[in-house]
Amino acid sequence: MTRVHDNLEPAEAKMAANHVSVFYGDKAAIDDVSIEIPNEYVTAFIGPSGCGKSTFLRSLNRMNDTIPSARVEGEITLDGEDIYKSGMDVVQLRARVGMVFQKPNPFPKSIYENIAYGPKIHGLASGKAELDEIVEQSLRRAGLWEEVKDRLEDSGTALSGGQQQRLCIARAIAVDPEVILMDEPCSALDPIATAKIEELIDEISGRYAIVIVTHSMQQAARVSQRTAFFHLGKIVEYGRTSDIFTTPLEQRTQDYITGRYG
Amino acid sequence: MSGPILFLLALGLGLAGWIAGRARAWAFRKSVPDGRLASLPNYHAWYVALWIAVPVALFAVVWSATAPSLILQSVLSTPEASQLPAFGFQRDNILREAQAVASGAAPAVFNEAAKPLIEPFREAMARYNLMGFAAALVIAFLAGAFAYLRLKPDFAARTRVERAVMFALLLASLVAILTTLGIVASLVFETVRFFGMVNPIDFLFGTQWNPDPMSGADNPDASRYGAIPLFWGTIFIGAIIAMIVAIPLGLMSAIYLTQYADPRLRKWLKPALEILAGVPTVVYGYFAALTVAPMIRDLAQSVGIEGASSESALAAGIVMGVMIIPFVSSMADDSIAAVPSAMRDGSLAMGATRSETIKRVLIPAALPGIVAGIMLAISRAIGETMIVVMAASTAANLSANPFDSMTTVTVQIVAMLTGEASTEHHTTLSAFALGFVLFLVTLALNFIALRVVRRFREAYE
Repeated sequence: MTRVHDNLEPAEAKMAANHVSVFYGDKAAIDDVSIEIPNEYVTAFIGPSGCGKSTFLRSLNRMNDTIPSARVEGEITLDGEDIYKSGMDVVQLRARVGMVFQKPNPFPKSIYENIAYGPKIHGLASGKAELDEIVEQSLRRAGLWEEVKDRLEDSGTALSGGQQQRLCIARAIAVDPEVILMDEPCSALDPIATAKIEELIDEISGRYAIVIVTHSMQQAARVSQRTAFFHLGKIVEYGRTSDIFTTPLEQRTQDYITGRYG
Repeated sequence: MSGPILFLLALGLGLAGWIAGRARAWAFRKSVPDGRLASLPNYHAWYVALWIAVPVALFAVVWSATAPSLILQSVLSTPEASQLPAFGFQRDNILREAQAVASGAAPAVFNEAAKPLIEPFREAMARYNLMGFAAALVIAFLAGAFAYLRLKPDFAARTRVERAVMFALLLASLVAILTTLGIVASLVFETVRFFGMVNPIDFLFGTQWNPDPMSGADNPDASRYGAIPLFWGTIFIGAIIAMIVAIPLGLMSAIYLTQYADPRLRKWLKPALEILAGVPTVVYGYFAALTVAPMIRDLAQSVGIEGASSESALAAGIVMGVMIIPFVSSMADDSIAAVPSAMRDGSLAMGATRSETIKRVLIPAALPGIVAGIMLAISRAIGETMIVVMAASTAANLSANPFDSMTTVTVQIVAMLTGEASTEHHTTLSAFALGFVLFLVTLALNFIALRVVRRFREAYE
């Protein structure tokens, strides 16, 4: 059972999972997980490899739908609305719950087109000027504008790894989501690029609910306010990041954050 | 006659060398302190065997090429040969007959004049066969002894054998290349002869194709050899009508198979689609000529199109397009599947629908591969013969009406080569010129396709 720290300050829950299990075929990757994702906070999911944290993250915007054998049980809500109910528009859901992947995956298009892609398919801009505005604003928020403003027509794949990942964050921001899911966004980046991404997460954190999966305890400690420790498909412990790292309630959490396993 | 026997001899002697080499290598194992040789005994065995078999086989090739003329020479120098008539044709016949009887290929002579020559032929053959055997044995012994004596415990037989393997592989790949060169050379040779009779400018830019096999062989009427209608027919049927059918259907089936189909369904559908590529083109030809063509003619007449031919370009083009579908779809399938799934996930995570993802991300990323597939399909279509031979007509028509009858380059090549004119006649030679130009066109298309594929391969590394 999940141990929840009882000193959590009240926060508006943006998303909530109630008794969620995720199966790949017959195998349960997530087993009866319940958690609230607070709005305007950064929530970190930590845990050893294969503990199900990425699987759980992908079920928050139904990206698991693309895997034929995956099946989700239980209830996940966004603003109180069940996202797995029949008649739910997955396209709308993903526009509200954006995602940044482990490996930067810019489209093989120009930098401009990478950002304009989402606004175009969702009809967010009524003209070229407005689209330009969205592109510039998204790139500014992602801290990439100064570096690319003179070469918006260059291919997005020609950027460095760190720039590509910031481009992907800008791309996610461009559709004005409410939640941003980040699946180990820095695992393919060097320390300097990582620092820039962390800085960026910090800057945009008040605006969205952000969930970040990470293998780096230091990163979780640096960027998040809440931390959930996953182990063997369950959330072992959930609380304020500072509490999880200084006064964990569970021995397993203690062992993991001190590097005894994982 | 002695060639195959010499080859068998090469194999037999090679086997003997193999056994001897292996035995010697085994013997080394006892003499070396730790029993370890630089190469395994088998490699020593192969080394000796190759040294025997390859020179003997080469000798067999040379000998079977030169022996007949040596035999002939010796027969002609006998007193019996002085009776031969001087006239070449008769003389050759007599000699050939005598030789056939001597070698046992014919039971008896027809021409009495050949009789006295049988015995000299027998003698000469026996003599040269013996010489061939002796020479082969000497070569085998010398080469085998050389190889056998080189064997030592520390002899690197393995690397030598490895090199021999490489040469064998090189030779195998050269065969295909040399054959291609031979084809090109023969085409060029005949084409040059044709262009000696008909001006290439008239050929390439003339608009009347109406060769006359009955006309004099010396002075062809160049105005009858305008190839434009043929190339237009080829392009109209193969590259326009067929592609209008094949590109959308091939692409859409590839998209369905990679993006929408359930894996179980895909397991059935993909092989079923590939069966299309295995249908003999002759069978497509029946289908086009007997089923599709009348259907199209009736359809055209029922909607009031006058003069629809029963050998319409449309029928041949549509069936050819169906034949090409698997080419387009399997190339498109491969290149769409090669787009990293991260691209697809990235687009879906932005809230794009599946078809938006396909249209805006997957197809643009896979485009080079798709284009290459289409190029290969076009070069396949314009080189295709059987369907058009059966379904298209032989009338050269420069028309943009798909219901008209039209002919293609390949149909005319078949018609000219199977016609009644001699191989020296300009109507026959025109087939080579057509083939040569067609070859250049498909070569160019394949070349472009390969270049595009190469660029595509670099895209995600």
